[in-house]
Amino acid sequence: MQTDSRRGARLVLEGVTVHRGGVAVVREVDLSIAPGELVVLIGPSGSGKSTLLSAIPRLIDLASGTIAIDDEDIQRRDVHALRRSIGFCFQGLGLFPHMTVRENIAVGPRLAGWDAARIAARVTTLLEVMSLPSTFADRMPDALSGGQAQRVAVARALALEPPLLLLDEPFGALDPQTRERLQQELRALHERLGLTTVLVSHDLSEALRLGDRIAVMIAGALVQVSVPIDLVNAPGTDDVRALLAPALEHARSLLALVSRDAP
Amino acid sequence: MSWWALTLAHLRLVLLALAVALVAGLGTGLLSSRRPRLARAMLALSAWIQTVPAIALLAVMVPALAGIASLTGLRIASIGELPALIALVLYALLPLVRGVLVGLSQVDPSVSLAARAVGMTDRQRLMEVELPLAAPSILGGLRTAAVWTVGMATLATPVGARSLGNLIFAGLQTRQFDQVLEGCIAAAGLALALDGALAWMERRARGRHAMHSLRAVVIGVVFAAVLAGLLPLMSRRDTGEPIRIGAKSFTEQLILAEVMRCALTGDDTSIEVHPSLGTTVAFDALRAGDLDMYVEYTGTAWTTLLGRDEPIERERMLREVTEALERDYHVHVVARLGFENAYALVIRDDDRATHIESLATRPGLRFGADYEFFARDEWTRLSSQYGFSSVEQITMDPSLLYEALHAGEVDAIAGYTTDGRIDTLSLRVLPDDRSAFPPYDAIVLASDAFYRDHPERIERLRALEGTIDAVRMRHWNGLVDGGERTPQSAAGEHPACR
Repeated sequence: MQTDSRRGARLVLEGVTVHRGGVAVVREVDLSIAPGELVVLIGPSGSGKSTLLSAIPRLIDLASGTIAIDDEDIQRRDVHALRRSIGFCFQGLGLFPHMTVRENIAVGPRLAGWDAARIAARVTTLLEVMSLPSTFADRMPDALSGGQAQRVAVARALALEPPLLLLDEPFGALDPQTRERLQQELRALHERLGLTTVLVSHDLSEALRLGDRIAVMIAGALVQVSVPIDLVNAPGTDDVRALLAPALEHARSLLALVSRDAP
Repeated sequence: MSWWALTLAHLRLVLLALAVALVAGLGTGLLSSRRPRLARAMLALSAWIQTVPAIALLAVMVPALAGIASLTGLRIASIGELPALIALVLYALLPLVRGVLVGLSQVDPSVSLAARAVGMTDRQRLMEVELPLAAPSILGGLRTAAVWTVGMATLATPVGARSLGNLIFAGLQTRQFDQVLEGCIAAAGLALALDGALAWMERRARGRHAMHSLRAVVIGVVFAAVLAGLLPLMSRRDTGEPIRIGAKSFTEQLILAEVMRCALTGDDTSIEVHPSLGTTVAFDALRAGDLDMYVEYTGTAWTTLLGRDEPIERERMLREVTEALERDYHVHVVARLGFENAYALVIRDDDRATHIESLATRPGLRFGADYEFFARDEWTRLSSQYGFSSVEQITMDPSLLYEALHAGEVDAIAGYTTDGRIDTLSLRVLPDDRSAFPPYDAIVLASDAFYRDHPERIERLRALEGTIDAVRMRHWNGLVDGGERTPQSAAGEHPACR
């Protein structure tokens, strides 16, 4: 991965508030993410985590507060250049249905004015990284399985070698086996590329498995940011405890089941 | 004019209209695609235009253009291809604008979001993602527009544009049904061919080649329209303006147009006949100088054009009509042809009625008339003077009136005294004792420009004075309506044509 030798970006959010339809759906969020860190943003649906994520590439405007990437305020940057410097991948994927896999992955480099040889090499590399056979390059998106489409979407997000990768429930629509495999691959990829990654999820086990740190959002506010073990052992508020409860209950009942059936 | 030439003229009209509508529709659609309120307004406006019946939209262009021409002093043709084109374009806009807006609105929001997220500008997002994905819907709209336009162009004949409608209108008029069939088949073939070609492009526009297909169609249609627009320029050799003769929508008018053509033949200038015009369309076009001449009737000029309703003696009416047309409209009466084609109340010969009075009180009387009659002063006067009470008004094409009466589908018609079918179908004219109908002497009207610029041609038209009597006119009409002769060959018996 000679082309991905850059390290990840530092992402700092200060007092971030976002309105949707006149309502503050994200309120006063402060969060600092170190280069190369993988933070999972977790919370019940409607807690504002996806909105917060879309504010980073300025897909939605801030009502107040600042977001800085490597100490540069995103408001000061050209919006299109900013977006090209961030890999963004969301649950709907949004693969361009009229373009082949190759063209989908190559969109960013093409817009950035790369020459054809460099684009071709980059597409080949990314297919390899994402464990996709090179014959897939000429397929149309509607000929891909859910997992394959997901890999293509991540490849597209990585095409311009961004120092920051944002993933919004990327594995939500996949079957459990595929999801688990992709989670492992993502963690490996993250470490190999040295990216800074923010992943939005509503699945606690995913958060525990992937996150260096886990940030919990409840009703638009960030209520706790901890390493996984601290989150489980010392939930900061009742809301966090309630969020954790079903998963812990599930784990306990599994344990009980296993011990009863033991010979 | 040959079948082939009319098909080409039809295609030309359709291509020009489609090209303008396509460019305008795409522009409007793209401009309003990010402005929902504008989009709603554009859709509402084009849908509103659609609710106007096609033929009314065409007809209303004539006075509209004449009005614009007289207000601005611009030289705008109010009949011919221009009004037809404008109406066709307006009609074709709805499916196109709707195709663009629906196509753009149906793009998966996550795809649009992805386009923004990879850093596309608004323009890039439109050109690289949204427009290609909307291409099938846009081409579908174009397909609908093409089929409609081919159909609607057949209705352009009454505003003076040449199209396959000429075959249909003239064929219906002169009972040459093979001609009607030719026109219908050619129009249907044209519609099917365009539909097939565009359907093929629409299928190609799904998937990878969307933008190529869309671009190819837009360029193709515009290029074809430019070619079609240049076509007549290349084929027309004489540089002089053609002489334009108008004819209303009945047989006699087509024969008289041919008689006038004979009288003027000899110069190297070409002569065009614009058939199937309504009275006010023909008169407005004559005033605007878009027609050089047509044959009018004194009674029609008196009531419909001058808005008078008092009955008046024949010679005085001719004098007053001549003066009033010249004074108020700068239109010149150059010759009285020598016969009268009056409206007359016609019944079957075996009907027991002997006077209009006895007919007027008959309950449930089914009264047939041409498109204009029930809106004209003649009907107002007829019904008030004879006391028509419970009449069922049935409007139909003048060529069908006599057959309908003969077949018993109506009980009485407002016929024309020169119609040959009064004799051949055993029909009878009831005398108009109370002079509800004014005299209707046939007169040649000429536009002011033609009158001033071509005195020698006016002299040749003057030579037609008194050369056609009612017997001869009825005989010719009978020949054409019976399907034995074309208007041209019937007119061939006139001295001017020998």
